[in-house]
Amino acid sequence: MSAVPSAAGGYLALLSTRYRALLQYRAAAAAGAFTQFFFGFVILMVLEAFYRSSATTPPLAWPAVATYVWLGQAFFALLPWNHDLEIEAQIRRGDVAVELLRPVDLYALWLVRIVALRTARASLRALPIAVGAGLVMPAAGLGEWALGPPASAASAAVWVLAVVLAVALGGALTTLVHVSLLWTLSGEGMSRVMPAVVTLFSGMVVPLPLFPAWSQPILRALPFRGLVDVPNRIYAGDIPVAQAWTELALVVAWTAALVWAGRALLRRGLRRLVVQGG
Amino acid sequence: MRSARDALALLGRFFGISLRAQMQYRSSFWLQSVGQFLITGIDFLGVLALFDRFGALEGWTLAEVAFFYGVVNVAFAVADGLSTGFDQFGVLVRNGDFDRMLLRPRSPVLQLAGHELAIRRVGRLAQGAVIFAWAAWALGTDWTWARAGLLAATVIGGTALFLGLFVLQATLSFWTVESLEVVNSFTYGGVYAAQYPLAIYRLAFRRFFTFVVPLACVAYLPVLAVMGRPDPLGSPVWAQWLAPLAGFVFLAASLVVFRLGVRHYTSTGS
Repeated sequence: MSAVPSAAGGYLALLSTRYRALLQYRAAAAAGAFTQFFFGFVILMVLEAFYRSSATTPPLAWPAVATYVWLGQAFFALLPWNHDLEIEAQIRRGDVAVELLRPVDLYALWLVRIVALRTARASLRALPIAVGAGLVMPAAGLGEWALGPPASAASAAVWVLAVVLAVALGGALTTLVHVSLLWTLSGEGMSRVMPAVVTLFSGMVVPLPLFPAWSQPILRALPFRGLVDVPNRIYAGDIPVAQAWTELALVVAWTAALVWAGRALLRRGLRRLVVQGG
Repeated sequence: MRSARDALALLGRFFGISLRAQMQYRSSFWLQSVGQFLITGIDFLGVLALFDRFGALEGWTLAEVAFFYGVVNVAFAVADGLSTGFDQFGVLVRNGDFDRMLLRPRSPVLQLAGHELAIRRVGRLAQGAVIFAWAAWALGTDWTWARAGLLAATVIGGTALFLGLFVLQATLSFWTVESLEVVNSFTYGGVYAAQYPLAIYRLAFRRFFTFVVPLACVAYLPVLAVMGRPDPLGSPVWAQWLAPLAGFVFLAASLVVFRLGVRHYTSTGS
């Protein structure tokens, strides 16, 4: 019986199809890269102005700040700031019943789908920004604002792992949101709240170390820092490799908790599912 | 040729219908508005966090930055509320609804402007107004009729500028579908940039946002005059008072470009 390999093969096929579909939208990727560059520059200019006025030493050194912001912009497509409107429509129309007829686990299907969507988009947009901010800018004499190299080879290796875990965390978060749509039907509330909460508490708006000291325990308790803050700081060396393992363990724990919650909620939701025709 | 007054009356009727339609879903409206109030307010939390950590921004205080923030957000909220038609222009073109607009005996710009008056944007507007009110109180601004008038002109000019950007974005959808997000750099990016005094930015950036997309003219310059604060960049006071006109010029120019796009438009049918 080859049940497991064929199931995995199914998910792989879904991943590759999504990838190829998104690669068609190259113009969108270029436009996205431009927007990320613009925002990166504006954020850095604002932070630089604050740094110039600083009387005390900030908790994050400037080169690390620039790297932090550029990494955030480069991998912005990985950020779970929105949910899949198609899944929302499927639930509203009742087409989710059709999805349930497929011989695959619905939670896994949704998780793989959103991970595929995000990684495909990110892989298109990350490269131009990384090249632009990492190579072109130093060459153009803007070296102090550039995306710097990783703190060490070990940092780089751990960073790659951190990014993979961030993708998993983001996927688990979004899939939990999708499951919640079974109850709320309209994604309106979520699409308002998610972008703001996720972007602020992950470190995209302001790098988390720059938040006031009294807020740091709150930020540490939330799962969102694993999305941007933790990987970026590992890359820049702000989180040394030794400490990184604890941080990543926390990310894994959050992901596991969110997956467990998502699956439990989905089981409960499907048991009581009423499809209003369609 | 119909008169401008007639066009305004028609626009008023469009807005009346749109408002009544939206108010049918009263709880949804409140939820969305409160939600928007909170969500756009999170932007300001970032500003607060940075001021808490650093104390000052190159000689600008939190109250001064909040003043800029409030004005820009109010202007953008109004423009955002008026621009649903232009926002959805790509969709309208693709499913042939725009062709129907062209067949009607009124200007397509008027119809697009009257498409919806999205009152849920009041969330961002309220948040901007609240922060502005606090800033004005904290700064102890010396209000004269002239200054109040200039403030009104600034907000209206800012609205005109952002509307111009939305019109340009709609014009882009004649030629591309996927690249529209570029304009978001200038609208949302512009709001983000203009909520800080433009003096903190690099020269090239400032030049672009003064002479190409005149964001400085509808935010930084006139607000300096309203606050009564001298410009560290040394712009003359008369320029600060006249600056909001640039917003209208920009809107007029973008409407010209839009009409050009309409004239060369070949429908793909529906």
